[in-house]
Amino acid sequence: MATSASSKLSKTVKQQYLDLPQGDEVQAMYIWIDGTGEGLRCKTRTLDSEPKTIEELPEWNFDGSSTYQSEGSNSDMYLIPQAMFRDPFRKDPNKLVLCEVLKYNRKPAETNLRQMCKKIMGMVQNQHPWFGMEQEYTILGTDGHPFGWPSNGFPGPQGPYYCGVGADKAYGRDVVEAHYRACLYAGVKICGTNAEVMPAQWEFQVGPCEGIEMGDHLWIARFLLHRVCEDFGVIASFDPKPISGNWNGAGCHTNFSTKEMREEGGLKYIEESIERLAKRHQYHIRAYDPKGGLDNARRLTGHHETSNINEFSAGVANRGASIRIPRSVGQEKKGYFEDRRPSANCDPYAVTEALIRTCLLSEEGEEPMTYK
Amino acid sequence: MATSASAQLSKVVKGQYMELPQGDQVQAMYIWIDGTGEGLRCKTRTLDTEPKSIEDLPEWNFDGSSTYQSEGSNSDMYLIPSAMFRDPFRKDPNKLVLCEVLKYNRKSAETNHRHTCKKIMEMVDHQTPWFGMEQEYTILGTDGHPFGWPSNGFPGPQGPYYCGVGADKAYGRDIVEAHYKACLYAGVMICGTNAEVMPAQWEFQIGPCEGINMGDHLWVARFILHRVCEDFGVVASFDPKPIPGNWNGAGCHTNFSTKEMREDGGLKCIEECIEKLGKRHNYHIRAYDPKGGLDNARRLTGHHETSNIHEFSAGVANRGASIRIPRTVGQEKKGYFEDRRPSANCDPYAVTEALIRTCLLDEEGEEPVDY
Repeated sequence: MATSASSKLSKTVKQQYLDLPQGDEVQAMYIWIDGTGEGLRCKTRTLDSEPKTIEELPEWNFDGSSTYQSEGSNSDMYLIPQAMFRDPFRKDPNKLVLCEVLKYNRKPAETNLRQMCKKIMGMVQNQHPWFGMEQEYTILGTDGHPFGWPSNGFPGPQGPYYCGVGADKAYGRDVVEAHYRACLYAGVKICGTNAEVMPAQWEFQVGPCEGIEMGDHLWIARFLLHRVCEDFGVIASFDPKPISGNWNGAGCHTNFSTKEMREEGGLKYIEESIERLAKRHQYHIRAYDPKGGLDNARRLTGHHETSNINEFSAGVANRGASIRIPRSVGQEKKGYFEDRRPSANCDPYAVTEALIRTCLLSEEGEEPMTYK
Repeated sequence: MATSASAQLSKVVKGQYMELPQGDQVQAMYIWIDGTGEGLRCKTRTLDTEPKSIEDLPEWNFDGSSTYQSEGSNSDMYLIPSAMFRDPFRKDPNKLVLCEVLKYNRKSAETNHRHTCKKIMEMVDHQTPWFGMEQEYTILGTDGHPFGWPSNGFPGPQGPYYCGVGADKAYGRDIVEAHYKACLYAGVMICGTNAEVMPAQWEFQIGPCEGINMGDHLWVARFILHRVCEDFGVVASFDPKPIPGNWNGAGCHTNFSTKEMREDGGLKCIEECIEKLGKRHNYHIRAYDPKGGLDNARRLTGHHETSNIHEFSAGVANRGASIRIPRTVGQEKKGYFEDRRPSANCDPYAVTEALIRTCLLDEEGEEPVDY
């Protein structure tokens, strides 16, 4: 069977325990990104009272040699709480706490891209940069095969599945429904969902988020997805090309605007940004997946509604371009644009930072600038 | 196993998540008809407060190149909210929103028949046209075979199944029961159900609906059916002849009346309409399935309680005719009539529009009039 042993454990039994009152004590689950830059880790501590703000959450630490983050001889790494959410699994008053990871010397860990992103966002605060990210993912069985696919074959070709309804069109909707509700409860800014072109592939959208919030909300949304799938006994994969051949890949289209772009005549600023992006394609490609472009190379082929990884292009309502300007934006001459290049397993801190550096800080060339 | 993998996912787990409070936020599921004219698509967005009327729902858009509706290079299409219902899957305050589809240039998409239907209905508003549609469908397993049928064969011949009860007569009643309740909750005007002549075939009836509501309610009822079947792990088919040979097809008999027909002496008006319909048979046949008559050709054979696709006929209490006048109507000399020609996968907007054009707007000939 394609679902895990854990999912067969009695949920009724579990619920009886979860219903036990816990007094004033609160469980805080600390969450962080591990050494792969894609994986999430978590552990929990008890607090004596409910934290009202992030400042009330103490620093913590963990064994980095078990998460691909440090050597055993010097393995302690710090967890610095950054964003707090309600816990949809343990429910109120318990919390989920997204953390930054620092090395033993208190410098950011290699895959802690949040620190720099926050600094960059701080520099352009007055421009009110808004983001919306469209997270695609594939549901897999524990056998690694897409959920609902025949075990030794393939479903019928793509066509009927996008936004589809019916047992022959939509595979695993329960996961999507549960995740949506979990996000709303947690306070994650989830703004929509839809079934995607490949069966067992889905998408949710997070936003509009300003500045550093985008990365925080997307990482928590991903954590919630992994945790929901774990409860159902299936797996969420953010691999950008899970099945080779005539099957869609999975991206994380990133929508971006500034206050100027959203106001009358904003199209001018959108076009200026696109010009700058066109001159820095390679730098962005390197920022848009955790392997400097290698993961995306399997996905950005120019087919299946992607642009080719080697070329930059932009167009109104064009889903084969690197940058798409929505039709309504073209008509109203203001709004936002969509960068379709980021892969599903991108780090949203890296993506949003790159967009700010190129579009708002007018950076050029292969390397990011160092600011004081 | 004939049910889907998704159906095996724990509903207890799902239920726990669905009980989580959602604050003031509301999920609105936008529903539309895709490029096939038969398929339904849906996607959801979060709203900050509960919409009280259709006007509170914003326009949206989608990628038409993935739904057989546009090319990738110019793929944005618009979704215009047209009718709102309660969501029986996510429950209150969440909504289902039936939408019209517009192309990039804001003209109706090819399979958006609602636009013209609405216009036509407004022209005859004062005649208070009522419709009732009898939606037949077949439940299939994920293997494509009718649900409950032996995997490599057939059940006993038709006879005991129509309105039957018992595990050897009624296949998949759970779906019917769930669908009925879901429709009632949603606010869809479902007025009845029954098991049909072929085993695993069922029927529900929607109505009486006035004007454009008929199409709206039937399309949402179909969406709810697909969604209910998805939860059970089976498939609802509206194919008009799912199994060839001595097995019934699936239709969408359409009952129609105007205020005049429903009043004393209305039978005269009914007979006049039938005369007009008698002269425009081919135009209606083309409107009564999504392939201009090709789908219905497999069903309207003159056998299995259908009329022959090539001939128009009408009669009191005659189920082999194109138009049937119910016996009670014949006796009371007023009421409604039943057009038995539409196929199960018809577009109700196209069907109801055709009836208005021919019967109330006195149109003739092969083409609809442009007003």
